[in-house]
Amino acid sequence: MAKEKDEILQEVTGSDYKYGFVTDVATDTIGKGLNEEVIRTISAKKEEPEWLLEFRLKAYRHWLTMKMPQWAQLTIPEIDYQDIIYYAAPKQEAKKDWEDVDPELKATFDKLGIPLNEQKTLAGVAVDAVMDSISVKTTFKETLAERGVIFCSFSEAVKNHPDLVKKYLGTVVPYTDNFFAALNSAVFSDGSFVYIPKGVRCPMELSTYFRINAAKTGQFERTLIVADDESFVSYLEGCTAPQRDENQLHAAIVEIVVEKNAEVKYSTVQNWYPGDKDGKGGIYNFVTKRGICRGENAKLIWAQVETGSAITWKYPSTILKGDGSVSEFYSVAVTNNYQQADTGTKMIHIGNNTRSRIVSKGISAGYSSNSYRGKVKVVKSCRNARNYSQCDSLLLGDKCGAHTFPYLEIENSTAQVEHEATTSKIGEDQIFYCNQRGISTEDAVGLIIKGYAGDVINKMPMEFAVEAQKLLQISLEGSVG
Amino acid sequence: MMEATMLKIKNLHASIDGKEILKGINLEVKPGEIHAIMGPNGAGKSTLSAVLTGRERFDVMAGEIEFNGKNLLEMPAEDRAREGIFLSFQYPVEIPGVSTVNFLKTAVNEHRKYHGQPPYPAGDFLKMIREKMELVGIDNKLLNRSLNEGFSGGEKKRNEIFQMAVLEPKLAILDETDSGLDIDALRTVAQGVNKLKKPDNAVIVITHYQRLLDYIVPDVVHVLYDGRIVKTAGKELVAELEKQGYDWIKEEVKGRS
Repeated sequence: MAKEKDEILQEVTGSDYKYGFVTDVATDTIGKGLNEEVIRTISAKKEEPEWLLEFRLKAYRHWLTMKMPQWAQLTIPEIDYQDIIYYAAPKQEAKKDWEDVDPELKATFDKLGIPLNEQKTLAGVAVDAVMDSISVKTTFKETLAERGVIFCSFSEAVKNHPDLVKKYLGTVVPYTDNFFAALNSAVFSDGSFVYIPKGVRCPMELSTYFRINAAKTGQFERTLIVADDESFVSYLEGCTAPQRDENQLHAAIVEIVVEKNAEVKYSTVQNWYPGDKDGKGGIYNFVTKRGICRGENAKLIWAQVETGSAITWKYPSTILKGDGSVSEFYSVAVTNNYQQADTGTKMIHIGNNTRSRIVSKGISAGYSSNSYRGKVKVVKSCRNARNYSQCDSLLLGDKCGAHTFPYLEIENSTAQVEHEATTSKIGEDQIFYCNQRGISTEDAVGLIIKGYAGDVINKMPMEFAVEAQKLLQISLEGSVG
Repeated sequence: MMEATMLKIKNLHASIDGKEILKGINLEVKPGEIHAIMGPNGAGKSTLSAVLTGRERFDVMAGEIEFNGKNLLEMPAEDRAREGIFLSFQYPVEIPGVSTVNFLKTAVNEHRKYHGQPPYPAGDFLKMIREKMELVGIDNKLLNRSLNEGFSGGEKKRNEIFQMAVLEPKLAILDETDSGLDIDALRTVAQGVNKLKKPDNAVIVITHYQRLLDYIVPDVVHVLYDGRIVKTAGKELVAELEKQGYDWIKEEVKGRS
């Protein structure tokens, strides 16, 4: 009977990656490979100012001196950086009017369930859609502009708000930060830019959907969010990619600046193509995300549901510089089949009376490997910092691995730091208990996962919580027998 | 008129990891009856409840189990539950993050789906939950906490009986429900079971000791020893076992062979 149950589970939860299709749209690409000429070409295509080209070139030259980081609990195959296309754009510029958008592109985002038509859109959510290297469409721009909120593609921000971009670009994640950050700084294509002026509560959820479409390309987007004094914004990013046998590289940067008394909530539903059941294909997701609570009592919340990508290397972090600033990190990371994830967060306490909270829930199934890596640092001059960390791992089956690597660097004795970690398995006892109450095995797994990840799911914006929960269940293939 | 038999077990043999535990069980239970299955440790009492409810780790080697005319052995555990078999666990599991109310809502709606009924309307469900809560005397606070997480032994057992009240089984199996309970908790739990007793449902009480049977009075008492039912009698057998222990039964069995 165990076998039968396994089959049922396979059927129900082993559903194929639903976003694996390719859009047939004319694409403007440049040749494979990376050199200064390529960077100049990208910059020229985007009609960038000289200072930005300089920024890119400096980053590139620095990148050449760096090596790929090897410290993560990951087995990363050799990546040939000359075998990647660094720029691919659907052949059309971001259009102002919905009618002008290529029907194929419209259809793509429709299929992904992302409404770009403002009439049809979810109430209260503005969307920026990025396909390969460029932003296709940003909705509700005018509505937002009335409040002074800037929400546009990164390229547009460079053209229309160069002073803001110049002021903040690279201030949170400098191009020297790490190998992938340097690479992104050299070749980044598009992404989203958000500026919330002083005292403004952004009237709607802002959301960016990233889509890799073209083959052999890498995606290097860059997001910059600035929340000025006393402002508030909730922002969500979602990501999908076609199903391909090859691996594709995604190396993004997210920079967030939170000023005095401002609050930013940054949510992620990461569902890049994870590869097939045998571990073939899938996205390499090497991402640097960091925010700074610059002003007093600034607050930054990270909430993420991570189910996709063949390999994930990602540590959304917060620098708590302003006195009394607060950061929270809530994460559910699922790995199944041959997926690998090394993910976590860093909380750097600099300001006095700063507080951080980390709730990380790993779920591993199949032959996957799932690691939590987190750092809590309290600098010498920081008084009365507080941190609470909770890192839980849930195992489905006995062929997967879960690891926890917490690092604590506490240089001031007034700090209060707590760390809790648990590892559990969905046991036969739990499943049978559910069965005995009339709940089938697959529903039992769903129920247990829901309970386990509930603390994090509840932190997602309401519109996306249901989606996130479904995604969790779909991502877990029959691994309980 | 003869009441139709609800549960019919014929010559049931079952093993775990190649070791035979049940060696030919015969048992019949009719609606309205309370059966007690007693016996020393290791006799196979819990194995019998596990096999009845469809626990996979046990292999059925031979025999038949019929429940209301249906072949139970062909059904997965969840279908047996939906057919109306309920097990009050000796060690109820914890499910963190899932409240008892939510858990039961899922369970009840699965039962309804199986019987071709639509899901319970939310308001009606809560009304029903409140009624059952009062019936078995369980605290509302407990039901909104994660299932069994941090519950005391008594609270866990009371929660089992509460679930039984909600799911309204035809056959309830109480597996060592008295273990780990003080006398007050035992009485509350037993009262709950008695209140749920109806002419059309049946209860099997599996226990090592007599004390639960002071409160839940059985119609028939069986002694299970070494994988077989070696003695069946009325409730007077309980007192006899309490006085003399199980040794005389063991002697009797030896004498027979």
